[in-house]
Amino acid sequence: MAMDRNFKQQLMAYMAGNFSCREVAALITDYLEGTFTLSQRLRFQMHMGLCMACRNYLRQMKYTVATLRQLPTEPVPPEVKKALMKRFQAWKHEQSSQSSSPDL
Amino acid sequence: MSLWSWPSNLFFVLGIPALQETIQLDEAGMVEALQRGDEAVFSAVMEAYSGSLLRLAMSFVPSRAVAEEVVQETWMGVLEGIGRFEGRSSFKTWLFRILTNRAKTRGTRERRYEPFGLPGSDSDGDDGPSLEDSLFVTEGSGKGHWADPPQGWEPDTPERALLGKECRLAIEQAIGGLPDNQRQVITLRDVEGVSAEEVCNILTISETNQRVLLHRARTKVRRVLDPYVRGEQS
Ligand SMILES: [Zn+2]
Repeated sequence: MAMDRNFKQQLMAYMAGNFSCREVAALITDYLEGTFTLSQRLRFQMHMGLCMACRNYLRQMKYTVATLRQLPTEPVPPEVKKALMKRFQAWKHEQSSQSSSPDL
Repeated sequence: MSLWSWPSNLFFVLGIPALQETIQLDEAGMVEALQRGDEAVFSAVMEAYSGSLLRLAMSFVPSRAVAEEVVQETWMGVLEGIGRFEGRSSFKTWLFRILTNRAKTRGTRERRYEPFGLPGSDSDGDDGPSLEDSLFVTEGSGKGHWADPPQGWEPDTPERALLGKECRLAIEQAIGGLPDNQRQVITLRDVEGVSAEEVCNILTISETNQRVLLHRARTKVRRVLDPYVRGEQS
């Protein structure tokens, strides 16, 4: 087991290249936004495959984005709606009087 | 909660209670109905988007009252411009661009107060790395490693978490405390789901800048979310 862990650490250091956890965290939005080159993506995914903490962090970031997407919006206050519909009707009236009046 | 649901980008279902029926329109159909002056469609579209417009407006102007005015001005802008709308961008992007232009005019006319909230945030938004740095060991053999390795969040998806009111408020507050430019980017990109390219277009910023601002904003919101999601574990 000890050998396994040692081997895993060495493999991780080798495969992950010079991506530290700190760098992975800094690049996570670039990764999620799909701006990585193929080799960057491979190095990033290699680190992810071997590092549970970064894997958790990536999931947390995805969760954060998904949560933001679910924030409810406020309904329109009735008085604002009423005011806007009035202005809409005025606009419509203006439109129809413009299009029906003969060119002078 | 919005009364109107938008099942996809391809078609909208506009429920018009007064008519006791559901009108199905694609975006072109909706624009065409607005151009003709269809009152029911205008009413439904206005209800569907005003909440999003208000949220975005709040990131530009100093008060809710001004933001509400900007939203109303935006709808006036829609009526003025709908005849010339050609669908080169999505309707939603076009709407957000009108709002942004109006809000910017207001924002410069009226003095902004400093956003409250996260300590150390400045209006230039140049406070990003410090928060992220604090997550890592900065000295010794463990340099660059997690100081407190992130745990898994359970449940895995927010759909199942059904965020509590307190948590939602905390997120809203975190967004409200962000520097303006970070707030604008995260509102458009994450809350509204606008594409990165369109966000750049609406805010007239570069793609790189957009990503830097988004990253800083997301990092802060993640930190605020952390105790709530962990709390649900126990
Ligand atoms: Zn790592």
